[in-house]
Amino acid sequence: MELFLNIVSAFFIISGIFFFTVGVVGLIRMPDVFSRLHATTKADTLGAGLVVVGLAIQTGFSRVTVGLFMVLAFVWLTNPTAAHTLAKAQYTRKHRGESDD
Amino acid sequence: MSTFIVFCATALVILSFASLWRAFVGPSVADRVAAINVVSIKVTTLILLLSVAFETTSYISVALVYAMIAFVATLGVAKYLTKGALD
Repeated sequence: MELFLNIVSAFFIISGIFFFTVGVVGLIRMPDVFSRLHATTKADTLGAGLVVVGLAIQTGFSRVTVGLFMVLAFVWLTNPTAAHTLAKAQYTRKHRGESDD
Repeated sequence: MSTFIVFCATALVILSFASLWRAFVGPSVADRVAAINVVSIKVTTLILLLSVAFETTSYISVALVYAMIAFVATLGVAKYLTKGALD
């Protein structure tokens, strides 16, 4: 049972790191600000969720798990909000004609 | 298992340095802020990984505060880009 839980936890953590890698590749390779935000935000949000689920399987049900899911809830609330606000700011600048790219 | 978690944390550090490339060259301000946002999400996850690997519970609060600081910094830069002032 211990080995099984370790394998499931390692699978979740490696999947999370895979999605982080996809986000970084999108951040480096995409041609535009909006497509870069589009690539990174979703991949990072999913990657953080997968890593936290893997760690929660590792720790079992305790106070640590509650803290892990609090951080996860905060990241899931704030990361899309930050990306949306940044994209809106860049869009406003672009249509005022003072964009710098 | 602890060795595996530290190995994954090393992978996250390498990815963070790869994201710093976009913060260095990125043509517009929003590119740089997006890259720093990506780095901050990775560092938050990294602190969580290290707290489980070293079994130090208090690092989880550090991760929460780091996520809050990154969010407020992104909102501040976005507001400055939109209005031209921070009042």
